[in-house]
Amino acid sequence: MEKGKKQNSVNKEETVIKINRLYKSFDELEVLKNVNLTVYRGENVAVLGKSGSGKSVLIKIIAGLLKPDKGEVTVLGKTVDKISGKELDELRLHMGFSFQSSALYDSMSVYKNLAFPLIMNVKNLTQKQVDTAVEEALEAVGLEDKIDELPADLSGGQRKRLGIARTLILKPEIMLYDEPTSGLDPITCAEINTLIIEVQERYKTSSVIITHDLTCAKHTCDRLAMLIDGAFLKIGTFEEVLNTDEEQIKKFFAYNFIQ
Amino acid sequence: MNTIDSKKYFFSKGIDSYLEGVYKGYQFTIRFFKEAFVLPFHWREIINQCFEIGLKSLSLITLTAFIVGVVFTKQSRPSLENFGAVSWLPSLIGIAIVRALGPLVTALICAGKVGSSISAELGSMKVTEQIEAMEVSAINPFKYLVVTRVIATTISIPILALYCSFVGLIGSFYNVHNQEATSFEIFYKNAFSNISFLDIFSSVTKSIVYGFTIGIIGCYKGYFATQGTRGVGKATNQAVVLAIFAIFFEEVIIVQVVNWIRYF
Repeated sequence: MEKGKKQNSVNKEETVIKINRLYKSFDELEVLKNVNLTVYRGENVAVLGKSGSGKSVLIKIIAGLLKPDKGEVTVLGKTVDKISGKELDELRLHMGFSFQSSALYDSMSVYKNLAFPLIMNVKNLTQKQVDTAVEEALEAVGLEDKIDELPADLSGGQRKRLGIARTLILKPEIMLYDEPTSGLDPITCAEINTLIIEVQERYKTSSVIITHDLTCAKHTCDRLAMLIDGAFLKIGTFEEVLNTDEEQIKKFFAYNFIQ
Repeated sequence: MNTIDSKKYFFSKGIDSYLEGVYKGYQFTIRFFKEAFVLPFHWREIINQCFEIGLKSLSLITLTAFIVGVVFTKQSRPSLENFGAVSWLPSLIGIAIVRALGPLVTALICAGKVGSSISAELGSMKVTEQIEAMEVSAINPFKYLVVTRVIATTISIPILALYCSFVGLIGSFYNVHNQEATSFEIFYKNAFSNISFLDIFSSVTKSIVYGFTIGIIGCYKGYFATQGTRGVGKATNQAVVLAIFAIFFEEVIIVQVVNWIRYF
């Protein structure tokens, strides 16, 4: 198989994320309006849309960081805004969230950034087990030689990789990527796209990838959901969305191709 | 759409946001007490924060306390000389430092040094999404960041206040010894002759209250910082100003209560 190309391993009989009639607004600004989406086991779904279309709000609602005004988000069979804080924490152990800004703990070294969530969540681990888990996660993202450095000493691409490694340390079933390629050069973008696919194959994850980058969406997704003005205008394979007659989607693609 | 103009206020924008801030602060404090007594306790982080707050403030407190002791003694001497009561100087300084100056000077130094550092640290973490990163990693950021820091300030500041009083008295002794060649033993005997258990107890109690105030205000302002780096600067500034204001307000209340107990 060509490196960085996605293999189809989607199990359409098992739903991992189900979003049903989701609404969210801030003051009088309606951000999400009747959003519906299903993500199956082993599937990568890219949510594509321009800045300010509500993509990050959607992913934060899935992770339980924001509460929806109306509608339901079910992750691994649990309704995110209806469960207790303890249940939400248990659910979050199965979810990995890669932030747009990487959100690395800048006072901690690369090693500590990775070891911290592990030590805080898994009791009675030996030092050797922690070391092994950290080394394994760093190896998965190709940062083995940066273990003692501080996040401030890493490049943009390395920071993104470290952000992904930090989520992998807890071996999640679901990965949520918020703009994984934003602010990176085309070569690093391609490396991150390949990494997203490698992570899926190695850890058997299902993913939601929030992006405005067509290349990222094309390379990483099984299905593409086009978010325009707070609602999904079209959900399908990349080609299906690309060839739609919907005027706003055509405009989005045309503008991005010119860019 | 202009969301700012269309928003309706109960009183006015300023009063509403002030009342909202008071209510959020109250909820934040209640949440601290709810979470402080629930497992797990992050002992290592509490000790680490005690080190950050206590040990790293030591040099500044030592210098300030010594100078306060020397200057206060120097300034008090002429007035007592007028009444031929210079022998009362150690006693006066002892009461002033143990009852008021030690805890107050420590609290004001810590409000500036510790309160601002807590607020800036949490504020930066907030605006760079590090607090959200903890949440999605199933780590309770409130418990790990806020509870540990507030406990650390509540423990460290009373210890620093006692140390400050001690160093202040040494500063005072230095001045008295230079003027009257008084021995260390006599100075301390005189200084502590009028200090009761209630003075020490009220001093420690005050410092506990100040420590808690500095910690909770610093954490509150940092935890809710918004608007990027500008917001962090604003939160830090507000944390210091509000903590100093609260400390003086608490000083007045506690002094009234202690005096009431003393003369009851």
